[in-house]
Amino acid sequence: MSAQAVAAPHAKIAAPEHRETYLNYDYSWKSWLFTVDHKRIGILYLLTVAFFVAIGGLFAMMIRAELLTPQGDVLESETYNKIFTMHGAVMIFFFLIPGVPGVLGNFVLPLMIGARDVAFPKLNLLSWYIFVVGGLLTLFVAATGGVDTGWTFYAPYSSTYSNTRVAETAIMVFITGFSSILTGLNFLVTVHTMRAPGMTWFRLPLFIWASYATALINVLATPVLAITVLLLALERIFHIGIFDPKVGGDPILFEHMFWFYSHPAVYIMILPAMGVISELVAAFSRKRIFGYSFVAFSSLAIAVLGFLVWGHHMFVSGQSAYAGLVFSVLTVLIAVPTAVKIFNWTATLYQGSVEFATPFLYVLAFFGLFLIGGVTGLFLAAMGLDIHMHDNYFVVAHFHYVMVGGMVTAFFGGLHYWWPKMFGRMYNELTGKLAALIIFVGFNMTFFPQFIVGYMGMPRRYHAYAPEFQVLNVLSSAGAVVLGTGYLLAAVNLIWSLKFGKVVTEKNPWGATGLEWETQTPPIPHNFEVTPRVTQEAYAYHEMYSGKEAHGVH
Amino acid sequence: MSTSAHAAPVAAPHHGAHGDSGHGHAHHPGLAHHFDDLEQQKDSAVYGMWAFLVQEVMFFGGLFIAYIVYRNLYPDAFAHASNLLNVPLGATNTAILLASSLTMALAVRGGATGSKPTQLIMLVLTIVFGLAFLVVKYFEYAEKFEHHLVPGPTFMSDPAHVSPFFQAHPEEIPHAKIFFFLYFAMTGVHAAHMIVGAGLMAWIFLRAKKGEFVPEHHDALEMSGLYWHFVDIVWIFLFPMIYLLGYHFGGHH
Repeated sequence: MSAQAVAAPHAKIAAPEHRETYLNYDYSWKSWLFTVDHKRIGILYLLTVAFFVAIGGLFAMMIRAELLTPQGDVLESETYNKIFTMHGAVMIFFFLIPGVPGVLGNFVLPLMIGARDVAFPKLNLLSWYIFVVGGLLTLFVAATGGVDTGWTFYAPYSSTYSNTRVAETAIMVFITGFSSILTGLNFLVTVHTMRAPGMTWFRLPLFIWASYATALINVLATPVLAITVLLLALERIFHIGIFDPKVGGDPILFEHMFWFYSHPAVYIMILPAMGVISELVAAFSRKRIFGYSFVAFSSLAIAVLGFLVWGHHMFVSGQSAYAGLVFSVLTVLIAVPTAVKIFNWTATLYQGSVEFATPFLYVLAFFGLFLIGGVTGLFLAAMGLDIHMHDNYFVVAHFHYVMVGGMVTAFFGGLHYWWPKMFGRMYNELTGKLAALIIFVGFNMTFFPQFIVGYMGMPRRYHAYAPEFQVLNVLSSAGAVVLGTGYLLAAVNLIWSLKFGKVVTEKNPWGATGLEWETQTPPIPHNFEVTPRVTQEAYAYHEMYSGKEAHGVH
Repeated sequence: MSTSAHAAPVAAPHHGAHGDSGHGHAHHPGLAHHFDDLEQQKDSAVYGMWAFLVQEVMFFGGLFIAYIVYRNLYPDAFAHASNLLNVPLGATNTAILLASSLTMALAVRGGATGSKPTQLIMLVLTIVFGLAFLVVKYFEYAEKFEHHLVPGPTFMSDPAHVSPFFQAHPEEIPHAKIFFFLYFAMTGVHAAHMIVGAGLMAWIFLRAKKGEFVPEHHDALEMSGLYWHFVDIVWIFLFPMIYLLGYHFGGHH
């Protein structure tokens, strides 16, 4: 979509005067590609991420098409290996990780803390360019033969035996990782130094706490992945091994180093999504968040504990049983801060004046899906049970419930919530609700059967399977079509609104707290006419609505 | 629109009007538009640089962990392989880098006192020391190539440069290969950081020449200094770990 299509303030607007916004002050392509405005960079991320999601989704559909029948008839087994690898790599590195921070974080984080921009605007643009370079490299890999190791790149298959583009993919991950590191660094510093006067740490919206915790993981974990894949690439290119056991290397070391990043990375994916949910829960129940500081600190607790549980991916790898035990216990512990969030959100809804708007439907979907994903995570954390579940569809279902059911659902909720602020247009509410409903139904249709086939013993990453699993796989593939339709409908509704949606000029269409709702819609280039001064806690709905509605009565 | 007592639009003492609307008072030319004052800008730079260095620690940390794991797995091979390194050249480089850290610190002090000649002289010296380090490193690497100590098909194929230990224990040669792989990976990544650092110093030198660094505003100089010291400190860990740990095994030549 072009800048014009996004921006054009039409004559239909009642107010005739020209209002300068971050979208319309300059329409040239240069003003977009060289922008240092965090809001425009957020839009750039939105476009790129949407592009990669479409590609990743296409791979997913090919997987589900293959799995319609027990025989491997649609794709060769080698092709199938490449398709699921590319599906995983694209979705993780180009959507799940940059999705919420890149798009929503970039757009709202400085607005929420009353800043004119992030601390390092040029670095922010550089992050996007690095991201694009990584993306182009991915497309190159996909177009020239792909890679078949799975997104985990386990050695020595990846380092020695695979005949596919492992080195190029490793370099892609290396490059893309720095985009993530620099965004994290930027957010970290922004939260420390750019807060408006009066915006103390305990007045920060919970999305900021979550983004801050995520940024810590970005900065601390991602470099370890960078060096790991660099060693992998060096091993591939120069045929000198440190991960190949044939010459004394230790493949388990690769797994340790890989998961030292890649487990915290799942919190990079889910924590910002949880931050979005905190915002939406408060906004649509018109109530201050129950247990604000518990929710805030639970983000930090998840970030810290998240560094200590990586070994639960390696229960069957040959690590010591004692290590396994410790990792198992720590993994169970991480359910505590997660449950703190869920309970506090639920308690927030209690006696709130709940409004069932589209973003809120996504919140409810998140509760249901994330709860199932989280609880099945506890099954997998139990070492004994995991030996049965390892590398089967139960695991696949679990992480899709957490990642897609969690992160993607929250992303859509947040996108709908901040959409009028971003573009000054409102999507069609009925279509929005319908899409949320279809996504919820389609999601469960797709992934719930996978818990069952997994428990029955269907392994992941094969293009053929035992015939007795077919019924549930057909259900899953049918669900994927429903799910895809739901996402498409939501996307079409949002894109449609850019041109035909109701124009939103009021600052605060949802009646929500938060500085992002106290500036113009869409915001002016430098966010605020006058630097805001914060005098209240983050979710002062009781103040906002006192005297307007009877409190606690719907 | 709902009532909004959340934020009163008041211009706070430290946070004046916006860059665009604040024509009233003169901004320091080094102040970027999105900051309110130099103090906020400097805080951001300091936080940002330290966060970046933490990131670097984790990056090198992966290499250090790999080194520790393999040294633990193959202690004999690692000790004897480390004896094949050139300790005098490594020690020379350590001295060079320590000297460069001194000149770097003095350059930053030149920024704090506003002495342009100090900045320029000390930056040049820092760059010279940095390049000297790289030159020494080049000779070290070249020596390893000549002695067939680079992991590859001809690794340790030259009997003149294989210590008696490896002649007696050829089964340890693959492990020595891992040692040399890590040696090249770690010193190579470090050298890459040195090259970046030298480039950075050249850029800082040009800015210093324009007189950009004054006592109240020399963030770029100071932050580049932090980076330079960090790269030095990495070497301070690398040198004993790679060169000296096997020294007491004797047979050093």
